[in-house]
Amino acid sequence: MEFFRFKHDIPFMSWRRTGAVISIITFILSVYFIATKGLNLGVDFTGGTVLEVSYSQTADLGKIRNVLADLEMSDASVQNFGTSRDVMIRLPMKPETSSAQLSEIVMTALRQADSSVEMKRVEFVGPQVGKELLENGALALLFVSLGIVAYLAMRFEWKFGIAGIIANLHDVIIIVGFFAFFQWEFSLTVLAAVLAILGYSVNESVVIFDRIRENFRKLRKASIAKVIDSAITQTMSRTIITHGSTQLVVISMLLFGGETLYYFSLALTIGILFGIYSSIMVGSSIIMLLGVKREDLVKIEKKPLENDGAVV
Amino acid sequence: MNRYALWQYLIIVISLIFGLLYTSPNFYGESPAVQISPLRGSVNVDNALLQRVEDALKQANHSTDGLVLEGNSIKVRFADTDTQIKAKDLLESALGGEYIIALNLLPNSPQWLTSLGALPMYLGLDLRGGVHFMLEVDMEGMLEKSLERYSTDIRSTLREHKISYTGLEKLDKKLILKFRDNESRTKAQAELKTNYPDLGFSEEQVDSRYHLVTTIRPEARVRMQDSAVMQNITTLRNRVNELGVAEPIIQKAGADRVIVQLPGVQDTAKAKDILGRTATLEIRMVDDERDINSALRGQVPFGTELYQERGGSPLLVKKQVLLTGEHITDAQPGFDKDNQPAVHINLDSSGSRIFKQLTRDNVGRRMAILLIEKNQAEVVTAPVIREEIGGGRVQISGRMTSMEARDVALLLRAGALAAPMDIIEERTVGPSLGAENIERGFNSTLYGFLAVAIFVIIYYTAFGVISVLALTFNLLLLVGLLSILQATLTLPGMAALALTVGMAIDANVLINERIRDELRAGVSPQLAIHAGYERALGTILDSNITTLIAGIALFAFGSGPVKGFAVVLCLGILTSVFTATFVSRGMVNLVYGSRRKLNYVPIGKIWIPAPGTAIHTMQSHEMDENEEAAIAKGKIDEPVTANIASQVSNENHNTAEIVNQTSGSTAIQSEEKIARKRGKRKSSISKQPKQ
Repeated sequence: MEFFRFKHDIPFMSWRRTGAVISIITFILSVYFIATKGLNLGVDFTGGTVLEVSYSQTADLGKIRNVLADLEMSDASVQNFGTSRDVMIRLPMKPETSSAQLSEIVMTALRQADSSVEMKRVEFVGPQVGKELLENGALALLFVSLGIVAYLAMRFEWKFGIAGIIANLHDVIIIVGFFAFFQWEFSLTVLAAVLAILGYSVNESVVIFDRIRENFRKLRKASIAKVIDSAITQTMSRTIITHGSTQLVVISMLLFGGETLYYFSLALTIGILFGIYSSIMVGSSIIMLLGVKREDLVKIEKKPLENDGAVV
Repeated sequence: MNRYALWQYLIIVISLIFGLLYTSPNFYGESPAVQISPLRGSVNVDNALLQRVEDALKQANHSTDGLVLEGNSIKVRFADTDTQIKAKDLLESALGGEYIIALNLLPNSPQWLTSLGALPMYLGLDLRGGVHFMLEVDMEGMLEKSLERYSTDIRSTLREHKISYTGLEKLDKKLILKFRDNESRTKAQAELKTNYPDLGFSEEQVDSRYHLVTTIRPEARVRMQDSAVMQNITTLRNRVNELGVAEPIIQKAGADRVIVQLPGVQDTAKAKDILGRTATLEIRMVDDERDINSALRGQVPFGTELYQERGGSPLLVKKQVLLTGEHITDAQPGFDKDNQPAVHINLDSSGSRIFKQLTRDNVGRRMAILLIEKNQAEVVTAPVIREEIGGGRVQISGRMTSMEARDVALLLRAGALAAPMDIIEERTVGPSLGAENIERGFNSTLYGFLAVAIFVIIYYTAFGVISVLALTFNLLLLVGLLSILQATLTLPGMAALALTVGMAIDANVLINERIRDELRAGVSPQLAIHAGYERALGTILDSNITTLIAGIALFAFGSGPVKGFAVVLCLGILTSVFTATFVSRGMVNLVYGSRRKLNYVPIGKIWIPAPGTAIHTMQSHEMDENEEAAIAKGKIDEPVTANIASQVSNENHNTAEIVNQTSGSTAIQSEEKIARKRGKRKSSISKQPKQ
C-alpha cells in the first residue's frame, strides 16, 4: 500500500507567497486574539482554588451556587465538568482565608446540603507559585528555542536554525491563539503540550532539512527551489504517516484520557496539524528567504588523488 | 551485509530480558496491607513484635496473606480492604502508641522479583489519590523573631558589662542601639562583636546621638534559613508520623519551601489540620508576683500577657521569650521516680545551656511553655522549677494524667517548628479519581498503541510487524527503566508514554520510507535494507535530539506533573532510538539478513513511477553522472552507502520492478557483485579523511 504517488516534485516553493500570506494572517489573528481576549489561564497560573466534586445523581448547580452564596463566595464559578454528576468549582484568591480552610469550609457546606457529594480533587495554588510557574514556563520556552536554534545551527547552518525556530514558534503562537480564541483553559499540562510540540514539530523541519542537505549534494545542477521542492516531496509520505500515527495516539488520548488530558491532546492536535504545514511552507520558505546556498551545507574538500585506486 | 554479530544479538536479548523482568512487577497489582513502624527511632521492630502482631490478628480471627519484617517495619498483607481497616484498628489498640500503624498498598510481585530490585513504578498522587502540599517557611517572621531574641540577649550582655545605653529600638529588620557618647558605643560594639558573630554593626550619627545599627549578616541569615527549613522538615516528619501515612514524602524545595506528599490519605481535613498547624513553642516565665485579679479585670501589667493554662487557671506570663521550640529535640510521655505521669524533654546543647541558666535563676518560680498557632498562644503547661536543671534532660511532672502527659509530649514534639509556615499550594486527589486516572492513562496508551500498530502493519506488512515489535520492545524497556529508577508515574507521565508510542513510530517510518525509496530507485533488496537503515540513522538522531532538548527544558523548569511528563518523554526518546535503529535492525537481520536469495522486501507494495518522469529515477541518473565525475577526480563527499547505492542502481536498473519481477539468478548475481564491490570500496574509503 502506498498513499502518495508523486510523479513530479510538488512546486511548494512557488506557492510560498501564498503560504506567507496564510501564515502572516493566522499569526496576526493569533496575536490579536491573545492580546484582546487573553488566555483563560488555569489555576496553576492565576492562583486560587479549584474543587472538583461528584454527586451520585445529576448535580444541581443552582443549589451549589446557593450554598456558595451563603458562604459569601458568590464570585465562585460553578460548572459541570465531564459528566452531569461532576462539578467543578473555582474560587478566586482570597487573601484573608488560607486555602486549607477554604476548601474545607466549602466541602463541609456542600456535604450538609447533599451528603452524596464526594471530593475528587482540590487544587490550591498560591499567587506567588502561580507567578513562578508562569515565569518558569516562559523560561522553558526560551531555553527550548535557544537550544533548538543552537543545535540546528551546529548540525546544519545558522539559517536553518533560524528557519526551524520561526516555523515552530509560529506553531506555538497559533496553538496559544486557538486557546485564546476559544477561551479553553490554559493549564500547566497544556504548557507541557506546547513545549512538547516545540520539540516534536522541529523534527519535521529537521527531516526536511536533512533531505535538503542531501539533495544539495546529489542534485548539483538544480536550482535552490527545486532542491527544496524535491526534498519536501520525498519526505511527504513519511511526514503524513508519522504525524498520522502520532495523531492516532493523540485521538486516543482525546477519547479516553478524560478531562485532564483533553486540552493537552487538543493542543497537541493543533500543534501536529500546523506543524506539518509550517515545516513544509514556513521553514523552507524562510531558508530560501535567508538565501541558503549550496556551499552552506556541502563543504568542498580537497582530497589527494592517489589513494582512490579502488574504484569500481 | 545485513548481519549482526553474536554480541549484538546478545545485547538485544539481554535488554529484552531486562525489560520483561523490570516491567513485570507493574502487572501484579497491589494488595492492601498494614504497615507497622516505630514512632521513634529508639524503638526496634523485631521478631517478638512480629509474633505479637501475629497473635493479635489470630485471636481476632483476621486472616492475613502473610507477614514480613522488612527493615524497621512489619508489613501485613490482607485479602481485602475491609479486613485491612479492621486489622488496623485492632493493632492500634493492641500495640499502643509506640508504633505508627498505617494503611498501605504492597506490590504483589513474587519475592524473587523483589529481591532482584524489580519493583513496580511509584504512582504519583494523581494516580493513587492523596494530598500534596507545598509549604513556605515564613522567613520574615523567623527573622523578626530572631531579632527579638537578639534584642533580649543584647540587653543582658550590655547590662552584664555595665555599658550604659539610652535605648534599643527594633526597626525594619534592624536593631538600633542608642548611646549617649561615642565611648560607650565603641565599647559596646567591641563587646557585642565578640559575643555575636552573626551580627553586623555600623555606626550612625543622628542629631548628636550615637547610634549603633545592628543587622543580621546575610550569610548568617542564609544559615538560619537553612536550619529553620531543616528543623521544620523534621517537625513535619514527626507530625506526619502521627498521621500514620505509609510512605510520606517530605522534602526541601528551593531555599524556603517544603513539599509534603501524603499518598493514599483520605482524611484530608485531618492532614491539613495537623500540617497547617504552624505552631511554635516558647518557654517564658510566669509572673506570679503581679496581681492576677486586676489583670483579669483588664489591666494587664506592662511586660506581661494574660493566658489560660490548658485545663487550668489563668496566669500572667512575661513577654520575654527565654527559649524557643527549636531547641527541643524530643519530648516523650513517661513516669517520674514516684511513678507519676510525666513528660520527658530533651534539649539540644545550646538549649540546655540556656535552660540551665534559666532554672538556676528561677528556682521556685513557674515557667510557662506556650504553643503559638497563628498568633494564638496557649499555655501547654506551667510547671514549677524545683532545681537547677543541666544536661538538657527535663522532666515535667505532677498534676497530670498519663493521657495528658501524652498530649503534652505530642504537642511539644510536634509544635517545635522553627519558623511559621504557610501552605502555598495544595493538590488533593480523591482515591476514586486516582483509579479513574490510571484507567484513562492506560486506555489512552493501549488504544493509541493498537491503532498505530494496525495501521503500520497494514501499510508496511512484514516490516510493519517488525516496527510494531520494536515499538512493543520500546514500551517494555521504557516501563522497565522507569520502574528501575523508581520514577513517579503521573497522569501527564502516562500521556508522555502514549505520546512516545506515537513519536517512536517516526523512526520506524523514516527507516521504512527510506528502504522504499531505495527499492524504488531500483536497488537490490538486501542493499535497500542496509542503505535504508544507514541513511535514516542521521535523521533519526537529529530529530530526536531536538525533542530531547525540549524534554530537558521541561524537566529543568517544570514542576510536579510536568516533570513527570518530561522524565518519561526523555527516557522514551532514548529507548525509541535504541529500539528503532538497533533492535528492529536486529530483527530484520535475523529474518532477512541470512537469506542469500532475497528477491523481495515485504514492506508493502511499492509504487514505482514510470521511467523518465519519476523524480527518484531522475535523481539517481543525475547522481550517476556526478558520481562518475567525482570518482574520476577522486573527490567523494557522499556518504559511503550513497556511493554503493548509486553504483548498484546504475548497474541493476533492470531489477527495479522488484514487486513483479523475480529473476532469481540476476538477483544473486547482483548481490554477490555488490558484496565484492562493497569490500573494495571499504578499503579505499577507510583511507579517506572524514568529511
